[in-house]
Amino acid sequence: MKHIVTLNTRDMKGCGECQTSCQSACKTSCVANQPCENKDAE
Amino acid sequence: MIHQYKLNGYNIVLDINSGSIHVPDPLAYEAIRLIDESAGQKSDEEIGRELLHIFSGQGVTQEEIQETLDDIRELRAQGKLFSEETFADKAFDLKKRNTVIKALCLLVAHTCNLNCNYCFAAQGNFLGQHGLMSFETGKRALDFLVENSGMRRNLEVDFFGGEPLMNFQVCKDLVAYARSIEQEKKKNFRFTLTTNGIGVTDEVIEWANKECHNVVLSLDGRKEVNDRFRRDYTGRGSYDRIVPNFKKFVEKRGGKGYYMRGTFTHFNTDFTNDIFHMADDLGFAELSMEPVVADPDSPSALKEEDLPVIFEQYEILAKDMLRREREGKPITFYHYMLDLEHGPCIYKRISGCGSGTEYLAVTASGDLYPCHQFVNDPEYKMGDIWKGVTNTELRDSFKLCNVYSRPECADCWAKLYCAGGCAANAYHAAGDIHGTYRMGCDIFKKRIECALMIKVAQAMEGN
Repeated sequence: MKHIVTLNTRDMKGCGECQTSCQSACKTSCVANQPCENKDAE
Repeated sequence: MIHQYKLNGYNIVLDINSGSIHVPDPLAYEAIRLIDESAGQKSDEEIGRELLHIFSGQGVTQEEIQETLDDIRELRAQGKLFSEETFADKAFDLKKRNTVIKALCLLVAHTCNLNCNYCFAAQGNFLGQHGLMSFETGKRALDFLVENSGMRRNLEVDFFGGEPLMNFQVCKDLVAYARSIEQEKKKNFRFTLTTNGIGVTDEVIEWANKECHNVVLSLDGRKEVNDRFRRDYTGRGSYDRIVPNFKKFVEKRGGKGYYMRGTFTHFNTDFTNDIFHMADDLGFAELSMEPVVADPDSPSALKEEDLPVIFEQYEILAKDMLRREREGKPITFYHYMLDLEHGPCIYKRISGCGSGTEYLAVTASGDLYPCHQFVNDPEYKMGDIWKGVTNTELRDSFKLCNVYSRPECADCWAKLYCAGGCAANAYHAAGDIHGTYRMGCDIFKKRIECALMIKVAQAMEGN
């Protein structure tokens, strides 16, 4: 691959243990910044 | 579907459905644009001829063009570029699934010791009666959460208001109760406190630093900006009282989570100066600055003509954060915190914040609402903590509150980052929880472009 650099990203490959968006900071205009908390995630 | 843009000297291509992020050289950037615009109607030979024309006189060879087209073909074969949309069926399954409740916003105080006139909660009383939540009501709310949380282990409770510290003893007692049942119920309670800082004492700091997973500290930035809106009932600004409290709070936080949470309005669209004030003059590193949610006719409401300034501010912030990182003094901005490798799964990206389904607000008297922004709107009362969710039709409506239920989102490149946006914002702007708040969309997209640029810069600079 000479002309394109590709960043490592999660392959879009439901446990619900992650934090609810609205509980973290903004309370008004919040999903992208919620880290996954599934220990078995791919 | 792809989205491509240039920012801070980087060419960035986002493949929407796979979530892949690419940094092409100028030749590949143009090739991707031509392929996207032709929608498959042009052959490689035609694309190649157009590229030769675009780059004529710049020394681009036929061989380089062929290499570029080969790279694009390889990424397409890997499902990382021009990938197909395969998730829509999962969105419609959301209504069928048996959702559990995993988070509550506890409005422990429908009253406040400040009188901020941009407050969406009508100075804390939510357009209703002033009042404090009793321990018995709060205890029942926690039991209701446990009973309705299914197999979920992590449960979240935010002490909110009004000003929750006006009911501090109940907050303490509720945490003690939750800790007493955690082991037996196999649950992990994570508490958050959102406070205006007036009632922060040494006792509050010690308690919050022991018990609260995160604290959200309301400060709008510079003294004159903060004190324009964040005043008490005598009209006195709060800055001089809350800043020393917050500095002590954060100093003793010991690395646990906190956010300085500001609101910017039409009067301070130069809000990066408020962020930098909090970082440089006050020493806070975890920062969040949110656009005001206000009636469009309010003088503080953001206007269409503010958007170019706001967009420029987000770019200034992103570039400055990279500078600070290089200098070894990084700051965090909530909306730029993307985790590309361990971020949310596709289910989370489709279903959003979970308001009205996984996340509910509980009033001081025990009534249930989809979230704190719907409280005391009789159309949106969902039930109470004794009888549970009785308005199941409303809950089903919120289950379908996702990116695929909004026609405006169908062709939006940011849909898997915002999940369709905030239902309350949509309701207040468009009169429908399944609508959209266009100015909010525009601001959100700009933030994501800046956040992705930071990730690209970090990757390219080898951080």
